[in-house]
Parts: sequence; C-alpha cells; structure tokens
Amino acid sequence: MQLVVVKKLQRERIMGVTKEQVESALRSKLSPSHIEVIDTSGGCGASFKVEVVSEQFEGKRLLERHRMVNGALVEEMKDIHALSITKALTPDQWNKQQSQTSQPVA
Amino acid sequence: RIGCFAALSPELKTTLDKVVTSHKVILFMKGTKDFPQCGFSNTVVSILKAVNVPFETVNILENEILRQGLKEYSQWPTFPQLYIDGEFFGGCDITVEANALLFK
Repeated sequence: MQLVVVKKLQRERIMGVTKEQVESALRSKLSPSHIEVIDTSGGCGASFKVEVVSEQFEGKRLLERHRMVNGALVEEMKDIHALSITKALTPDQWNKQQSQTSQPVA
Repeated sequence: RIGCFAALSPELKTTLDKVVTSHKVILFMKGTKDFPQCGFSNTVVSILKAVNVPFETVNILENEILRQGLKEYSQWPTFPQLYIDGEFFGGCDITVEANALLFK
C-alpha cells in the first residue's frame, strides 16, 4: 500500500503537475459546481489559474476559502510554481456574477 | 512528519511573532518594494502604494529560514504574504480582490 503511494508520488514528481491533476484534486475535495483550471505556465514551470464554485465555501471568509483550495492542492503545490485563485465563490455568488456579465470583474 | 514541520522551531515562532507585529502593515515578498522580483509581489506593492498606506517589506529571498518558517507560521504556501496588525491577511489574489471590493 505504502509502496504504491510512494511510486505514484515518484511518477508525479517526474512528470510534474498537469492541469488535469489540479482539476481532479479540486473536484474530489471541494465537489465544485463549476471549476476552471487554466495552465498559465510560460516556460518557467507549472503555473495555474483556478476558478472554483462550491457550496463548501458557504459561510466562509475569502481567506478561509483560499486556504481550502490550497489545502486541496497540498501535494500538487510542491511542484507548482505559481497558483492564482481568481475565484472562490458560492453557487449563489457565482449565479449573481453570471447575471451581471456586462460589468467587468476586476 | 519531520520533513513537514521542521522549519518552525519554538524560537523561530517567537521571532516571527515579533516580526509580523513590528509594523502595522508588513509584506513578506520576493525582492523589495523598490525592486520586486516577482509579478505577484509587484502587484501587492502597487496596491499598497496606490492606497497610500505606510508599509514595510521583508525580502524572503535573502533568508531561507524565514521563508520556510513563514509558510508554516501563516499556513500559506506561497509569497507574497501580507500581514496587517500582526494578522495574516492573505496573498496576492486576496489583496487584489479586497482592493477591488473596497475601491470599485
């Protein structure tokens, strides 16, 4: 069992982190209703931008939400050069934002 | 466990308690406020300059112990890290969003 985990980690270490890995880690831990992971690496290593909409963010401050995202990616973070959490919204907030798309979001 | 929690000794924690409260607003960043060495650090410096609050910066690239210790102390994996009144406020994305909420 342990050996399998170690081998898996070794393989990931060699291959680096992919967009799919980031996405599946976030999916399994935050069960998001919307998720977008964008690979923003410009040659300097794994770098991602993520948007997550999850009911689990309900009643949580922004800092706590970002901690949850970081926590979900604790293994991946070891090989990620930069992670930008551009959205960590509840489904309600997301729907509101979607309905006022004419307003630019900073 | 050793690998995960080696950086933050009780002595270092006491030191960090003092450092994060040494100024009302203190930014731990890559580079200095006059010469940021990373885009994310530069973004937070620009925001702090724009809102015109006095702030101090600490270059974590010059101190590896501080760099590793702060990650555990803040429970935050990346830099920059902004502290206000001795309390961890957030990284670049949170500062950008807070700025947008306050000044839109």
